[in-house]
Amino acid sequence: MAKTWKEWEKPLLELDEALGKLRELARVATPDRRAELERRIAESEQRRNRYIDVMYSRLGPWEKVLVARAEKRPYSLDYINALFTEFIELDGDRRYGADHAIVGGVAFFDERPVMVVGHQKGRNIQERQYRNFGMAKPEGYRKAMRLFDMANRFRMPVVTFVDTPAADPGVESESRGISEAIAAAMQRMFELKVPVVSVVHGEGGSGGAIGIAVANRVLMLEHAIYSVIPPEGCAAILWRDPDRGPQAAAALRLTAQSALEYGLIDDIILEPHGGAHRDPPGAIRAVGEALARHLAELGAFDGEALQADRYAKFRAMGRFGEGAA
Amino acid sequence: MRPGDGASGVFCQCAECKKILLAGELFEALGVCPNCGHHHRLSAARRIEVTFDPGSFEELDADLRSIDPIEFPEYSEKLRKAEAKTGSRDGVVSGVAALDEIPVSVAVTDFDFMGGSLGSVAAEKIVRTFERGLERKTPVIVFSASGGARMQEGLFSLMQIAKTTAAVQRCRDQAIPYISVFTDPTMAGVLASHASIADVILSEPKALVGFAGARVSKQAQVSKVPDNFQTAEFVFEHGMIDRIVPRKEMRPTLIRLVRALGGHLRG
Repeated sequence: MAKTWKEWEKPLLELDEALGKLRELARVATPDRRAELERRIAESEQRRNRYIDVMYSRLGPWEKVLVARAEKRPYSLDYINALFTEFIELDGDRRYGADHAIVGGVAFFDERPVMVVGHQKGRNIQERQYRNFGMAKPEGYRKAMRLFDMANRFRMPVVTFVDTPAADPGVESESRGISEAIAAAMQRMFELKVPVVSVVHGEGGSGGAIGIAVANRVLMLEHAIYSVIPPEGCAAILWRDPDRGPQAAAALRLTAQSALEYGLIDDIILEPHGGAHRDPPGAIRAVGEALARHLAELGAFDGEALQADRYAKFRAMGRFGEGAA
Repeated sequence: MRPGDGASGVFCQCAECKKILLAGELFEALGVCPNCGHHHRLSAARRIEVTFDPGSFEELDADLRSIDPIEFPEYSEKLRKAEAKTGSRDGVVSGVAALDEIPVSVAVTDFDFMGGSLGSVAAEKIVRTFERGLERKTPVIVFSASGGARMQEGLFSLMQIAKTTAAVQRCRDQAIPYISVFTDPTMAGVLASHASIADVILSEPKALVGFAGARVSKQAQVSKVPDNFQTAEFVFEHGMIDRIVPRKEMRPTLIRLVRALGGHLRG
């Protein structure tokens, strides 16, 4: 079983590579040779697209885990920079330190001021370290709280971008109260009298994710995941075997499709052909359209109604029996 | 039956110092070892008995039961086993009680029911406990003993931590005092929700208290983990809780707190 999206997509990536070489040849070829090469390019593209159709039509829960973690997918700052204008990053929890695994600030969306907050991962070693692999410490959640408060005071809608494997589990985070920070951030989101929309676009990892995802509308990208525990961790606990992640992924029903079916999220944003990582601008456009629609719908409600709606929505989550067995 | 609950035999052994004790003696000592002071875990029923006014507890919502919402492997079997083991339908026992005649709304977790994990039923009972506090204008007391969210309910269980947090938020809005008590263990999803945002947080000594399982934390860290890492004493030192309260002092401590914090409710 593949452990990374590149392993899983290997045949596809090989086709992509071959296609790239053909294109390079065509670029430098003589005009008579070019026609033949272009015919072969068109053929290869067709073959690759059919291959994508086949692979992506049977994307199981484990493959979604791999795709959701793909480092070529747009990250939160990619969405923020492309979809918002005049973004100014604001930082610091005013208590202990800066946290680069959660970013946030003010910006404009369709010329309206909004507060944006999101987890941020890194793409290379230095970036990953700087972003702590997208795992926020207490100061990240406390910064988010500060920004939520400000949004509430200045009547700005809040948009959050969720993409984290988990909150930081280290000694430092425990020392400074990571659990309290997550709980307090959720609590703060329940107080907001402004529209809140959350987009789970990659990994929705447990408490680290829900800490900034108490929203009136929770949207998920088609191949994003949202889970109470990472599948590897679940497998380690249940079967003492982290390699049984694929089975755990299936058991946990961590896909956007399951979450929507259970009524735990509000909408799925379709990804471009072959996933967000194959066409980042396409994915960003799709997210922008969904945000515009949901923010416009929420704009019709006053602050009290928005707060009540958020409470009622989460209050109703959960399934159990009542009465005699 | 655990040592602190009144073991059936004449003798029992302390789980910590291994000393052989008279079962009746340990029971009378509320499950606290007379030799080393180790606090043995208590069932929800025994916890209620040793904490609140005798005969004052009235259980509510006892008919809520877990179902298997995502058809998770072996969940139904585990539920049946836990029901047989504890005689309850889920890990949380909730209702109303009194502390020195002051009415309170209470929820107590039984670790023996699937590690006290927080699923849809446990969260619903906890939320209703907060709602009863709101309706009856009484303080709310929640005793936690849990490994965290119940992963067998998938994303439903993650949403439960938001749901219980929302209920705390409403109590706070209406000035309903809320006291959270950590007992061994209070971990992960439960710690990252209602348990950590109370007006006052107490813990029993030496309770395991933390966000990530110790193995995860140790793996993630190059540096050495402190000796008392993820204990009540560790979170107390770091300012995360108000007091560590030995079991025999828990009732008088709670009485003082509900009298002081709930004075405005009694007019």
